[in-house]
Amino acid sequence: MRAVETQGLTKDYAVGSLLPKTKRVLHPLDLEVEEGETFGLIGPNGAGKTTTLKLLMGLVFPTEGEARILGRPLGDPEVKQQIGYLPEQPYFYDYLTGRELLNYFGQLFGLSREERNQRSRELLEKVGISDAADVPLRKYSKGMTQRLGIAQALVNRPRLVFLDEPMSGLDPLGRREMSHLIRELRDSGVTVFFCSHILSDVEQLCDRVAILNRGKLVEAGRLSEIIDVSLRSVEVVVESLSPELESRIAGSYRDLRRHGPRSHISFPDNPSFEKALPVLLGGGARLVSVNPVKETLEDHFFREVNAGARE
Amino acid sequence: MNAVAETRPISTGSRVEGARTLRKIGYVALNTYRETVRDKVLYNLVLFALLMIGSSYVLGAISVYQEIKVIKDLGLAAISVFGMVIAIFIGIGLVSKEMEKRTLYSVLPKPISRSQFLLGKYFGLCLTLLVNVAVMTVGLYVLLFLMKHPFDPALLKAIFLIYLKLTLLVAVAILFSTFTSSTLAGLFAGFVYVAGYFSSDLKNLESVVASAFLPQLTRVLYYVLPNFKNFDVKAAVVAGDRVPWSQLSWATAYAAIYIALLLVASCWIFRKRNLK
Repeated sequence: MRAVETQGLTKDYAVGSLLPKTKRVLHPLDLEVEEGETFGLIGPNGAGKTTTLKLLMGLVFPTEGEARILGRPLGDPEVKQQIGYLPEQPYFYDYLTGRELLNYFGQLFGLSREERNQRSRELLEKVGISDAADVPLRKYSKGMTQRLGIAQALVNRPRLVFLDEPMSGLDPLGRREMSHLIRELRDSGVTVFFCSHILSDVEQLCDRVAILNRGKLVEAGRLSEIIDVSLRSVEVVVESLSPELESRIAGSYRDLRRHGPRSHISFPDNPSFEKALPVLLGGGARLVSVNPVKETLEDHFFREVNAGARE
Repeated sequence: MNAVAETRPISTGSRVEGARTLRKIGYVALNTYRETVRDKVLYNLVLFALLMIGSSYVLGAISVYQEIKVIKDLGLAAISVFGMVIAIFIGIGLVSKEMEKRTLYSVLPKPISRSQFLLGKYFGLCLTLLVNVAVMTVGLYVLLFLMKHPFDPALLKAIFLIYLKLTLLVAVAILFSTFTSSTLAGLFAGFVYVAGYFSSDLKNLESVVASAFLPQLTRVLYYVLPNFKNFDVKAAVVAGDRVPWSQLSWATAYAAIYIALLLVASCWIFRKRNLK
C-alpha cells in the first residue's frame, strides 16, 4: 500500500479583497510515497510545499484532484489516528505546559491515562526538553517549541509522519538530534514525509525526493536517479609546485589557482588526474588533499530552480 | 436470530462512536475552560463584578427602605453585564484566535472533526460562564445575607435566565468567529446583542416609520435576531413579582432551539473553511 498518493492535486486561492483574482498555488500534483520510505519535498519559498502538506492534513481543501493517505481518502478518522504532523513554525497553546499539551493531544487520540503519562515522559526525554516539562509554553524558546512540535507529532506512535521544516529554529546540536530521530523513525518502519530548505539534510536522510518550484512538480525520484552521480571534477591541493612542474602538467587540468605556498588544481576527470599525479610527485610537489567532486542535491536543485526562473 | 445478531454490533458500534465523540468534545471543552481560567483578564472581570455587587451596599445604604431592592437590582445587572462582556470577548476569539495564532494546525490533523472541535470550544466557554455566574451569585447572596435579608430563591430564576442569555450570546459570538476576525466578530456580536435586546421595538417600528423599505428590514431583523428580552425578568424579581415556571420553560426551549441553529450554522461554515 502507498503511504501517500496524490492525483492532480490542485489548489487555487482568491487573492485581493475587492476584485479577487484566482491564483494557482499548486498545479496538478501527482506524487507517490511508498510505505516505509523517507520522502523529502524541497523547493524555494512559495513553491507550494506547505500548501501540499496542508492539503494532505485537511487544513485546506483541494480545488481539483484527490489524494489518499494509507489507502484512504483525506480526512478519514482512521487515517488521522495513524499519522503525525509537525506544522511549519508551530505554535501551541501557550497557557499549557509541555506535558499538558502532550496529554491533551493524547486524549484526542484516545490514549489511556497511563499511556499518556508514559508517552509524554518518553517523548519529552527523547526531544531533550524533559527539564521544561512543567513550564508554560509561553516561556519556551523557538527551539524548544520546535522540539515539542516533534514530540506532539509522535504522541500516537504514528505509521506516517509529516514534518514541515523540522530543522527550523534548531541549533546545530538540535539539527543533529533531529536527523538522528528521523533515522530512528525510518529504521522502525515509520514513513517520513518532510519538507525542508536544508538540502544537505534532505540528501542525507531521504530515499526519494521531489522538487517543487512555483507550484509545479519539477522532478521526483530516488536521489541516485535525479542527481548525476558521475564525477564532475577532481580537486587536488599540492604544495611546492614549481613553475616548471606547472608547465609539465599543462593541458591535463581545467583550472589552477595559487594561494600562498599551496596550489589548487581542478582536473576534469580521473584519467587526467591519474596521468598528472606521478609527474607532480616525481617533480617534488607534495600532495595535501584529493577530493573527487560529484553533483550534490544542492547543485541539482539550484540548476532546476534557475532553469525554471528563466522559462 | 441472525438479523438480531447482525444488528447488535452496529448499534453497539454507533453507541461506542457516540461516546467517543462526546469524550472528544469534552476534552476540547475542558481545555477551553482551562484556557479561560488561566486568563488574567477573566479574574479582573470577575473581581470587578464582585466589587460592583459589593458597592451596591453603599448605594443601598443611601436609598432609604430600598436598600435590598437596589442591591438585588445592581447585583443582577452586574452578573448580566460582566457575563456578557466575558461571553463576547472570549467567545469571539474562540475560533478566530486559533486561526490567527495557527494553534489549529496542530489540533485538526488529530482524530477530531471540525464540528467536534467547535462544539467543544462552545461548551468550554459555557462551563467558564457557569462557574463565573456561580461565583457572582454567591457574592450577591453573601451580601444579602450580611444585610440580614432572608434567602430569596426567586433571584435564582433571574440568574438562570441570565445564564441562558449568555450561552445564546456565546453561540452568536462563535458563529461570527468562524468566518471573520476577532475584532469584526466582536462588533457583529455586540450589534446582535443590542439589536436583539430591542427586537420587539424593531417590530413596532413599522407603525411609526413612513418608509416602505425600513419596516421590511426591521421585520426581517425581528424574526432573525434572537430576542434577548425573553431572558430579562430582573425587574419582576426585584419587585417581588412571581415569575411563572412556564416562562422559564419557554425561554429555555427558545434558547435551546436558537443555540442549536447557530451551532449548526457555525459547524457548517467552519467545516468548509480553508485554514490558509
